[in-house]
Amino acid sequence: MPLHSRHMLGLDGMSREDIQLILDTAVSFREVLDRPIKKVPPLQGKTIANMFFENSTRTRLSFELAERRLSADVLGFQATGSSVSKGETLKDTARNIEAMKVDMVVMRHSAAGAPHYLSRVIEANVINAGDGGHEHPTQALLDMYTIRERLGRIEGLHVCIVGDISHSRVARSNIYGLITMGARVSVCGPATMIPREAAELGVEVYHHIDDVLPTVDALNVLRIQLERDAGRLFPTLREYHNYYGITRQRLEKAGRAITILHPGPINRDVEISAEVADSEHSVILQQVLNGVAVRMAVLYLLSARN
Amino acid sequence: MHYLLKNCRLVDPLTRRDEETDIHIADGKIARIGRGLTVSEAQVIELRGKVAAPGFIDMHVHLREPGFEYKETILTGCTAAAAGGFTAVCCMPNTNPPIDDESVVRLIKERARAALDGLVDVYPVAAVTKERKGEHLAPLAELATAGAVAFSDDGDPVYDAEIMRRAMEYAAMYDRPVIQHAQDMPMTKGGAMNEGVVATRLGIPGMPPAAEDIVVARDIHIARYTGSRYHLAHMSTAGAAAMVRAAKAEGLHVTCEVTPHHFTLTDEAVMGFDTNTKMNPPLRSKSDVEAIRKALRDGTIDAIATDHAPHSYDEKQVEYQTAPFGIVGLETALGLAMTELVLTGVLSLSSLVEKMSTNPRRILNLPEIRIAEGQPANLTIFDPAAEWIVDVQAFKSKSKNSPFGGRRLTGKPVGVINNGAAYWV
Repeated sequence: MPLHSRHMLGLDGMSREDIQLILDTAVSFREVLDRPIKKVPPLQGKTIANMFFENSTRTRLSFELAERRLSADVLGFQATGSSVSKGETLKDTARNIEAMKVDMVVMRHSAAGAPHYLSRVIEANVINAGDGGHEHPTQALLDMYTIRERLGRIEGLHVCIVGDISHSRVARSNIYGLITMGARVSVCGPATMIPREAAELGVEVYHHIDDVLPTVDALNVLRIQLERDAGRLFPTLREYHNYYGITRQRLEKAGRAITILHPGPINRDVEISAEVADSEHSVILQQVLNGVAVRMAVLYLLSARN
Repeated sequence: MHYLLKNCRLVDPLTRRDEETDIHIADGKIARIGRGLTVSEAQVIELRGKVAAPGFIDMHVHLREPGFEYKETILTGCTAAAAGGFTAVCCMPNTNPPIDDESVVRLIKERARAALDGLVDVYPVAAVTKERKGEHLAPLAELATAGAVAFSDDGDPVYDAEIMRRAMEYAAMYDRPVIQHAQDMPMTKGGAMNEGVVATRLGIPGMPPAAEDIVVARDIHIARYTGSRYHLAHMSTAGAAAMVRAAKAEGLHVTCEVTPHHFTLTDEAVMGFDTNTKMNPPLRSKSDVEAIRKALRDGTIDAIATDHAPHSYDEKQVEYQTAPFGIVGLETALGLAMTELVLTGVLSLSSLVEKMSTNPRRILNLPEIRIAEGQPANLTIFDPAAEWIVDVQAFKSKSKNSPFGGRRLTGKPVGVINNGAAYWV
């Protein structure tokens, strides 16, 4: 059974069957990662360009590793120091890379919809590695994979996303994917960080973290953009930590075992205490490992569709 | 020029006329009006119930010349206007150099007279402030004397309340309105579409309707305090419509216009990231569009104007957030107005003609178009029943940035006559 789309642009509108297929396929790739020789041949002879127009370390490394584990040839591209800084448009950059006979393009871009635009002007499969505040589908897929691995299912679980929902692509992709998979989804943060229309996406909205914790199964804690947001979206980091920071006392008060996810990189003792990040309930490092397996699954399934 | 228009439906709101008749035009003037006319030497145009109306004016057009001739020129813009059924346009001052000096007003008027034998009257709207920077008043008296019919920093708001007040007081001496692009700047910083559920879904930074309403509210206070004339450009929100309605009821000199895209499309059109759905103000929610239609019906909205904003193909072939704001509108305005407003019963044919001809001319203090024997012929002729499909490649405008390509419309221009010249579509 192939995927319905030849691109991975986002989880908004993706079917339950497709998400299920990716998660199930990732299980076998996850198993590959435990072998002494962690390389399999399905993408041998394929060339994948990683076009990162925005700084990224872990997503880029995760994709690169996934591509190499699948035996693909990998072409790296960083926006800084490339022709983009000389004023070349996205279209021209992409067409030039495609002219080198690239089969797939993985793209990170600061503008929402940039990979969607790209998918209309080039022939290669396009994988969205994060577009502005829109979507980051492979992150949400690896989050769902990790939740399922830890808790055995997604359907019926209560997953709460904490932090700046308004500007978060991780939040959006998780909301679309989790709702499709039958989870109860809530968001929590100060009103300045929750879109006015959040409820219309099908989520419950909370502004006080202690109100939501007693029913939560998994908590996805978003990174606070320290430089950008302090003083504008919330008054001070101290205040944010005191009212939204995930601490052991808070979790104990909630009185249940809550699985803690974080897309990274974490700001210790801002959105999450060091103690919680390193605790037995934290699956932050499993997310990193699972990310490689999930991205292998996405690349493999898209390639298989051609 | 010698035309005999046979069996046209003459719709003239000024004289409340709506009847089938013949019109004989000789040497740019209306020679005779009446049924069953025969003129031996005239070119006979059989119209069979097609409408003849006082010439349409689009009071909000970006002609782009001088400075951005790769997007549009006075000639291509006037040709697009004629093809769209307009005999006059107002051109906005965000050119390079901007229309903040009388020399630019004169240059534009001179070039417009040379285009299409002067068929399309071009009325410059001059800048309110020097270089449209919002800091120092432009030489409003000199600009008015040179032929500017109104003042606006369109593209940007006149943001400083003190400058706005003084501009309105000064412009009032010359009986010119100040046309406002209402937008609160900090609230819309980085915004690329309407703030709402679609923007939330797409993760595109939003521009809340409140950002338009705030400036309109302030400006209405200034209009009340100064007694000056205020015209709100491209009104797009339910909130602004309610405030303009109340201001009119109060007797203030407040008028407003709406674009065809704002009464036709909602922000749902942005799904798919088509950069031809990006304009400022942005496409709003369904409830805003409904409020705009209500305001058209009850007369709160005086004029339909396109905010024709040509951009080159390459400029729009970029990421949504990077793309420039604006779409072309001259050649789809009549079809959209007929299809979306007249056929749906929002407006009668006669009130459509008012909003595309009579009212905007009154707002701008332009002479009335009188359809009577001995008067200059300034006519828009269109087929209210013709069905057609928008083909952007067929546009006379130099730019094709329209979200309406492929759309089926009813109502199509047939031709225009003005200043002794004619254009047949």
